[in-house]
Amino acid sequence: MSITLKVNGRIHTLDLDPSTPLLYALSDDLDLRGPKFGCGLGQCGACTAIVNGAAVRTCITPVRAAVGKDIVTLEGLGSPEKPHPIQQAFIDEQAAQCGFCLSGVILTAKAFIDKNPKATDAEMQAALSGVLCRCFTHTRMHAAIRRYRKAVSR
Amino acid sequence: MKRRDFIKSAGALVVGFSLADHGAKAQFGSAPIPGSPDNRQLDTWIAIASDGTVTAYSGKEELGQGISTAQQQLVAEELCVRFDRVHLIYCDTALTPDQSYTSGSQSHPANFNHANLAQACATAREALIAMAAQKLGVPAEKLTASDGIISGNGKKIAYGKLIGGRKLNLTIDPNAKRRDPKEWKVLGKPVGRPDMAAMATGRFEYVHNLRLPGMLHGRVVRPPVVGAKVVSVDESSVKDLAGVVKVVVRNNFVGVVAEKPWQAIQAAEKLKVVWSRGTALPKQSEFHDLTRSQPSRDTLLVDSGDTQSALSGAAVILKTTYEHPYQMHGSVGSSCAVADVQGEKATLYSPTQGVWYQKTTGAMILGLKPENVHVIFRRGSGCYGLNGADTVSYDALVLSQAVGKPVRVQLSRRDEMAWENYGNAWTIDERAGLDAQGNILAWEHEAWSPSLGNRPGPSTPGNLVTGMLLGFEPARFSPGPARPPRAYSNNSNGVPSYVAGRVGGADQGTGTVRSERVLVHNVVSPFWTGPLRSPARLQNTFAHESFMDELAAHAKADPVAYRLRHLRSERVIGVLKAATQAARWDARPSPKPGNPQTGVVTGRGVACVAYEGENGYTGIVVEAAVDQDSGKVMVKRMWVGIDAGPISNPDGLRNQAEGGALQGMSRALGEEVTWDDEKITSVDWRTYHSLPLGFEIPSVECVLVNRPDEKATGAGETSITVVAAAIGNAIFDVTGVRIRRIPFTAERVRAALRERE
Repeated sequence: MSITLKVNGRIHTLDLDPSTPLLYALSDDLDLRGPKFGCGLGQCGACTAIVNGAAVRTCITPVRAAVGKDIVTLEGLGSPEKPHPIQQAFIDEQAAQCGFCLSGVILTAKAFIDKNPKATDAEMQAALSGVLCRCFTHTRMHAAIRRYRKAVSR
Repeated sequence: MKRRDFIKSAGALVVGFSLADHGAKAQFGSAPIPGSPDNRQLDTWIAIASDGTVTAYSGKEELGQGISTAQQQLVAEELCVRFDRVHLIYCDTALTPDQSYTSGSQSHPANFNHANLAQACATAREALIAMAAQKLGVPAEKLTASDGIISGNGKKIAYGKLIGGRKLNLTIDPNAKRRDPKEWKVLGKPVGRPDMAAMATGRFEYVHNLRLPGMLHGRVVRPPVVGAKVVSVDESSVKDLAGVVKVVVRNNFVGVVAEKPWQAIQAAEKLKVVWSRGTALPKQSEFHDLTRSQPSRDTLLVDSGDTQSALSGAAVILKTTYEHPYQMHGSVGSSCAVADVQGEKATLYSPTQGVWYQKTTGAMILGLKPENVHVIFRRGSGCYGLNGADTVSYDALVLSQAVGKPVRVQLSRRDEMAWENYGNAWTIDERAGLDAQGNILAWEHEAWSPSLGNRPGPSTPGNLVTGMLLGFEPARFSPGPARPPRAYSNNSNGVPSYVAGRVGGADQGTGTVRSERVLVHNVVSPFWTGPLRSPARLQNTFAHESFMDELAAHAKADPVAYRLRHLRSERVIGVLKAATQAARWDARPSPKPGNPQTGVVTGRGVACVAYEGENGYTGIVVEAAVDQDSGKVMVKRMWVGIDAGPISNPDGLRNQAEGGALQGMSRALGEEVTWDDEKITSVDWRTYHSLPLGFEIPSVECVLVNRPDEKATGAGETSITVVAAAIGNAIFDVTGVRIRRIPFTAERVRAALRERE
C-alpha cells in the first residue's frame, strides 16, 4: 500500500507493506546509507534514525509507525562539506575506525544531549548503554560527545 | 575504472625483490596467484598522470584500521607530493598487486619497509630525478623534489611533464634511498583520515550500500543445528510470497532470492526445509578437559631437552592450567557481499581480507576459470579477522549464478554468529621451576587448541561454512607427533618472553631462561575456527603473562622487576618501562598487602609481549577495582606502551592501541561462545556479551615509543594481546585470588572469592 514518509525534510511516497521495518524503507527504497542493518533485533543501534526528536531503532519499527513523523538519518544532519556540530566533533576527535556503528552512536547521543544538555557523564553513558561499537573506539566517541555537549550547553 | 597495461614490457635493469607478507607466506606459500601483476615492477604500484597526481596501487586494504591513510602518507612522503595529490587503490584483482591477505598486523611491515610500496615509491622518485637531470641538463645531485616538481640550478620540471600518463618501465630498486625519517613532512604526522567526514555524515559507501542496476537480494537458510543435512526443501511454501524470485538448493546449501531485502528475509524464514539430525556436541563444561584426549598434530617450538632434569633440581615447581574460550569476531554489521555472475564471468564486491583467494576459490565454487572472476574489495563492518565476509561472498556468488543477475546478500545476526570461524579455544598448561632465590630455572608450556577450517587460501573453499554446505571439504586434519624444532619462530607467541628461544645453537627469544620446552597440540574442533585479532598470540600471552605473575608472587618479587630480571630484549623492556613509568608503577609484590576482603578495592596488573616474537611490542598497566561482594571487575585506567618501529601516523597508532586495549577488555570480561548439545547458543547481543558504548570506560593513556632506525612492525594486534593477563593480574593484586579462565565474569570472580573464604 501507499506509505508517505517525511525523511530529512523531504516527502516520499512509497509502495510498501505497512509492517515492513522502517530500516528497509530508508536503506533500500530511499537508498540512504546512514541507517544500517546490524542485528535486526534492536540490540546494537546501527539502524538508528531520529524520529520526532527521539532515537529509534528502525530495524524493529514498522514503517506505519513512522507515517506523519519527522525522520532524520545520519545524512540528514549534515554533509561532509557542512557537518552538523556533533558530526564535526566526531571528525575532530577522529572518533571511528570502521565507522559502521556511527548512526547509532551519533544519533543516540544527539537525541539525548539535545534534550539533556546538562547531562552528567554517567547519564550520558546510561543513554548509550544499548549502542555497540565493536572496534571499541569508545574513548574517542565519548570525547566527541562531551565536546558536543559543551557546545550545546554553552 | 580500467587499469592501463603497465606491466608488459619492463626495461629491467635492476634485480627486483619482494618482501612477502610472512604470516600469510607461512600459511599459504609465497607463490602469487596466476594472473596477478608482477610485484617487482614499478608500474604495478605507481602511476603518475599528466597533471602530476599519483595513483598508488596496494594489496593492503582499509578495514577501519587506518592503513589507507598511512599508505597515502607514505606515497606522498617518498614521492615528495602533497597528501591530497595521492589517490590510493587497493585490493582489486584487475588493478592491484597480490599481497596475499590484509591480516595479522602485516600491512605496516609489508609496505613501509625497504620493499613493496615504500621501495616502489623511492625507486620512482630516484628515476624521476634521473630523468629530470637528463632533461634539464643539471646533475641529479643538484636536484631536489618537492610538491611534485623537481628543481635545481634555477631550472625546474613537474612530474606530469616528465612521465605523465606513461609507464615507468622499471623494476623496484632495492638500493633506492628511502627518505630520512628526520626529514619527513607527511609520514610520521597525525594526518586525519580522509574517509572520516563521509563516515560521520552517512555518505560513505560500504559494501552493504552498494546498489547495482537490476540487483536482487538473497538470504541463506543455514542448518538449525551443527552437522544437519538437507532432507527436503518445499519450494511451494514460499511461492505465494511477494517478490520471491527463486529458491536455490545446492547440496546442503539453501538460499532464496527476492526482489527486496525484507522479502528475502521473510521468504528465508518461511521456507520449509527438513533437515537431518545433527552431530552431538561435547558438553561445554567438560570441553577443555576433553581436548586433551583428542588425536593431535603436535609441534615443538623450542626444546632444550633438559627441562625434566632442571625441574628436578628446582627449589619449587609451579604448575597451573589456563583456559581461554572460543570467541567471535562479532562484527557490528552482519557480513554482506554483492555478486554479479553472468554466464562465464563473475564480478564480486566483497569485504574479504583476501581478494586474490576469493578469486580462485570463488571460481571453484562457480565452476568458472579464475581469470574470469573479478574480485573488488569493498569495505564492510570492522572484521578483526575472518568474520563472515568470505563465506557471505560465496553465498552471493552461488545465488547470483542461480538467477543470472546481481545479488546482494547480508547475513542474519544469527547466521553470522552461529557459523563464523571463531577465534580458537585454548587449554594451556604452564610449568616452571624456581631456584632458592626465586629465579626461573626452567619453563615448560604445553597447549591444546581445536581448529576446523580456516581462511580458504588459494584452494580450500571448504574451510568456510558455505563451502562445506556446497560439498567442499575443509583442510584435512592429520594427527602426528612433533619433530624437533629446526628453525625458530615465535609467530604464535607460544614461546614465553622470558626464555632464551634457543634453536639451531642460537638464542633467538627475548628472555634468559635456557631450559625451555614449548609443545602445542592441534586437535579437531566441533565448530569453525579462524584468525581472530591476535590469534594464538592473545591466548598464549594470557597464559604466559598470568603465569609470570604467579611466579613473581611466589618469589615475593615486584612483577615488573621480576620480568626485567628475565628479559633481554631492549624492545620489550622499552615498552614495559614506558607503560610502568606512565602509570607511576607502585613497585612491590602482589597481592597488595592489607587489602580488606569485602567491598570495592583497587589494585594494578602488568603484562608485556613481543608480538609474534618480533613484529611489534606492547607493555600494559591496568588499574582495576573488584567489587568483592558481587565479583564485578571494573577497569579504571590503562597505560599502554607501544613500539611499532618508526611511527607512520601517531594518531592512527593511538587509535589502534586504544581500540585494542578496550576490545581486549571486552574479551577478557565478557565474551564467550556458548553451545548446548546440538547448536551454538550465543547468537545475538543478549547471548554474546560485548561491552556496549555505555559501560564505564577506563581512561587509556598510550605512550608511543618511536624507533625511526628500526623496521616498521605490526601495530593493530599488539595492545589487545596483553590485556587479559594484565586484568587477571590486577584481580590477583586486589584479592589474592587467581582466575585462570577467561572471561572474568562477575559470577566466576565471585565464586573464586567465596572459595578464598
